[in-house]
This record gives sequence, structure tokens and C-alpha cells, in this order.
Amino acid sequence: MNYDRFLNQRIADVPPSGIRRFFDLAATMKDTISLGVGEPDFKTPYHIRNAAIDSLVDGETQYTANRGLPELREEIALYLSGRYGLSYDPGTQVLVTIGASEAIDLALRAMTSPGDEVLVPEPSYVSYSPGVTFAGGTPVGVETLEKDDFRLTPECLEKAITPRTKALILPYPNNPTGAVMNREDLEAIAKVIRAHDLFVISDEIYSELVYGGHQHVSFAAIEGMYERTLTINGFSKAFAMTGWRVGYACGAQEIISVMNKIHQYAIMCAPRQGQVAAAAALKSGRENGYEDVLRMRDSYDRRRRLMVDAFRSMGLHCFEPYGAFYAFPSIRSTGMTSEEFCSGLLKSRNIAAVPGTAFGPGGEGNIRCCYATALDKLNIALDRMAAFVAEHT
Amino acid sequence: MTKLETDLLDLLKEDCRIPLEKLAVMTGASLEDVAATIEDLEKRRVILRYAPMINWDLTDRERVEAMIEVRVTPQRDMGFDAIARRIYCFDEVKSVFLMSGSYDLLVLVEARTLKELAGFVSGKLSPLETVTGTATSFVLKRYKEEGVIFDSGDSDRRLVISP
Repeated sequence: MNYDRFLNQRIADVPPSGIRRFFDLAATMKDTISLGVGEPDFKTPYHIRNAAIDSLVDGETQYTANRGLPELREEIALYLSGRYGLSYDPGTQVLVTIGASEAIDLALRAMTSPGDEVLVPEPSYVSYSPGVTFAGGTPVGVETLEKDDFRLTPECLEKAITPRTKALILPYPNNPTGAVMNREDLEAIAKVIRAHDLFVISDEIYSELVYGGHQHVSFAAIEGMYERTLTINGFSKAFAMTGWRVGYACGAQEIISVMNKIHQYAIMCAPRQGQVAAAAALKSGRENGYEDVLRMRDSYDRRRRLMVDAFRSMGLHCFEPYGAFYAFPSIRSTGMTSEEFCSGLLKSRNIAAVPGTAFGPGGEGNIRCCYATALDKLNIALDRMAAFVAEHT
Repeated sequence: MTKLETDLLDLLKEDCRIPLEKLAVMTGASLEDVAATIEDLEKRRVILRYAPMINWDLTDRERVEAMIEVRVTPQRDMGFDAIARRIYCFDEVKSVFLMSGSYDLLVLVEARTLKELAGFVSGKLSPLETVTGTATSFVLKRYKEEGVIFDSGDSDRRLVISP
């Protein structure tokens, strides 16, 4: 049967994720050490898991409010004001979603009309561009360059703006590059945003994972940007809660209420136990100075240094990634494409890494390696990669 | 404690075979500073030794372990220290702790056989004049020690590749 006439071709025509193809290849291998993961190697702290267990034992198995448990929204508002100086009303400006992923999807669907262009820095997380397409808009890549430490520059941003441009997705700290944007960098972007009357969807899911003395600055905290910014964050990375699927969006109530319209019809609410656990994570963090987050961040930082140092010792150019838990070394010196390098590394050395091209054409020449991997395995992986690189240079 | 000291202790506790060069990279300190700091920690007896954690259940060595709760009469001027020393000098004794609660000392003992261990309690520990009572509990299974889980149910459950 030909299903074409039953399918929405605009969606069916979106190519499958480059990561998916690589996942299928890696799945055929045994005992692979993977640097290709996109999540913490820690388990959710036990006291947070216990909060969800208690909630289940107490019979809390019902829907929550569409926008999320009131106590979680309160905690989110307290967290964002205490941590990043942002003030949101938990009643009208906070929406709890199924991971930051749903928040991004809702934002794009709530804001994009046919013909609208949404700017997506490249390389960046795989969902943004398809999300724009699914929402009926046109994704427009904005290049970020290794020479700029993969920060978004006002010059590159200006170049991509057209009369149809409506919004910019601002994903920092960045997956896959590990790049961060400092206050001055953001202020320069804010000028362009203001001049062209654009809106910003700021995906700050890695906000807690910054290193080397850098401080995360929320884009909404930049002067004049609060009303032009939707702040998206979640619990997956900072609290090692990927499988719980809890995230949130905060912004102008006019935008949040339209996002909530989609959310209430499509989703109803994020799963209750995830919300309970998320509230426990923020509450305990507020009370103990976020000791779980800091402990995990310290551990990532040590492995970050180890990995970057190892790449440089192999002769690979690797810019210093100050955020998330990825390094994004250049493999151009081997003469291979990113795909060739990663396939070869996987097949001959049993090490999985993700070709930079999975994150947009701008990722050619680089590979994404996650350092959230146990130290003993990380050392083995880096040794094997060094041998692989030596063999090909 | 400096940040470097706590960083090094955290790392060495996890794996004391990490080469100095890698410790230096991971802590962001110079090789000389790392070496000097570790030497200092050793001198101050903060680091007492570097020992592997062994799962003896997977070896063929015969081994019986017990935890013995010991009640003692503290001695004038010496408190519990003198009797603790009398006890910890026995080769069979692996650990001794002074405890709060219904007994005074917790003594971890290891022997080759049950008979040998019984002989230690009845022949060596109980006869000490300040020991007024003991209660011996045998270790049946070890689940977790020093943060390390012994049964192998703690694998990496992450997808090999994820975005």
C-alpha cells in the first residue's frame, strides 16, 4: 500500500536524525565504550528518587494542573530568581513540560506561522530545525565558528536575518560544542534582537554546567530582553534526571498561555512523579546550596580537563569547552570527514562518538565527545582514540 | 583543606593509580604542586595507604568475618584507649571503633574458619579483664563497602548514542 497520500509530506520529508543512523550502527557492536551519550553518568540523587517513591506510596497518581504542580512552579520561580535574577509569576508565567524538548516544541508551534523564519545557530541540538519545520516555519541556520569559540556573533546573526525572521533559538551552554556565551556576548546579540524586533527562545538546559570560572547568564536577564525572551530549562542535565522528562518554559503570560493551550490539549500535564521529584530537587537545592549539582559539576570538570588535554596531546585541535559535558575536537588533521572518522573509530576501536554533521552542516570536521563517562572507561576510550588518530596522521 | 587537597583525595579515593600527570590535568594544578600536596597528605597521615578494594567472595580464600559488640569497663585516666589498644593489636582484628549506644567498642574480626574465630572470642577477647561482655554477629554477605556496590546490578543503562 502506498501511504503517501495518508502522510503529511512536509513532515515525512524531514530527513531522519543523523544520530539515529549512527545509533543503529553502534547498536550492532558489542562492548562499545560510548562517548556518544547526551546525558549524565550519575543517577538521580537518591533523596530525589525517594520523593517520587513516597508520592507513589501516598497514592498521588492523579493528573496535576495543566501548567504543573503549584509547588513545583513556585520552586521554579524561586530557583530562577535566586540563581539567575529572573522574576516570573508562578501562576501565569511558568509552564511545566515533558522535558525541555516539549517546551521547545510548544514554543515553536505557539509562535510560528507559515513563512516565518526561525534562526537556529549551527552546530546545535538536533531537534530545533525539524521542530521549526513541524511548526510550519522555515529554519534558517546561523553559522557559529570555531575561531569564535562557537559563540554566536552579532555579525553572523545579522547576515541570517531577513524581513521574514521572527525568532532566534539561543542554545547556550551549547550541545554539541560546549560553547558558552558571556554577558558581553549576550549584550551584543541583544542589540541585534532589539534592532530587528525579534523574539528569543533561550534553551538554557545546561545552565548549571559551566566551568573554569564562567557564570551562566540568562538571556532574559540582559537589559530589555526579559519581555522578548522565553526561558527554557529543565532537570535532566543539572540534576541527572533525563528519564523523568521534566522541563519548563517561563516568559510573558501571553506566550505561556498559548503554549499551555497546545500543552493542555496534546499532553494534559507532565507525569506527576517527575514533577514531585523535580520539586524535591529544587527545594533541597535551595536549602543545601545545590550540593548535588556542584558535586556532579566538579566531577564533570575534572573529566573535561582530562579529555581536552588528551585530544590536544593527540594533536587534535580542541577549543576549550566551558559548558555542558561535551568536547568538540576538530579531526580535520586526519584528512577524514566526521562520518568517516566516527565510523572508523567505532568499527576498528569500538569507541562511539557522534559526527559533528549530526548537528548541522557546520559540524563537518568536528566530532562530539561526551566526558560524562566513568573515569576508567574514559581513559581507555581516550587511549584507543589516540592510537586511532596516530594511525591516520 | 585546600580545594586541591580535597580534589586529590576525591580522585585518589576513587582510583589511587591515576598517574600524577593526569591528576595534574584534572585538577588544573601543576605537576609539582600535585606531587608536593600528595606527599604532604601522606606525611600528615591524611593518606594512610593505597590499597585495592577486594571482593574476597570471588577468590578461593577461606574467610570468616564477624562484628563483635564489646562492653568494657573504662579505666581511670585512660578511658577506652588502653583497652582499645589491647584489642586492636590482635592480628585477627581488622577494625575497632568506639561507639555510642548500648555497647562500647565495635570490633571487626577476620579469621580463616569459624573455629578459629570462636577461639579468638573465647580465648583472647573475652578473657581481657576489662571486657565485661561480647555479642558476636557473623557477616553473611557484603553488599556495599566504602561506596562500592559488590553485586553487579549497577550497570550503565544509558543509550549508546543520544542527542
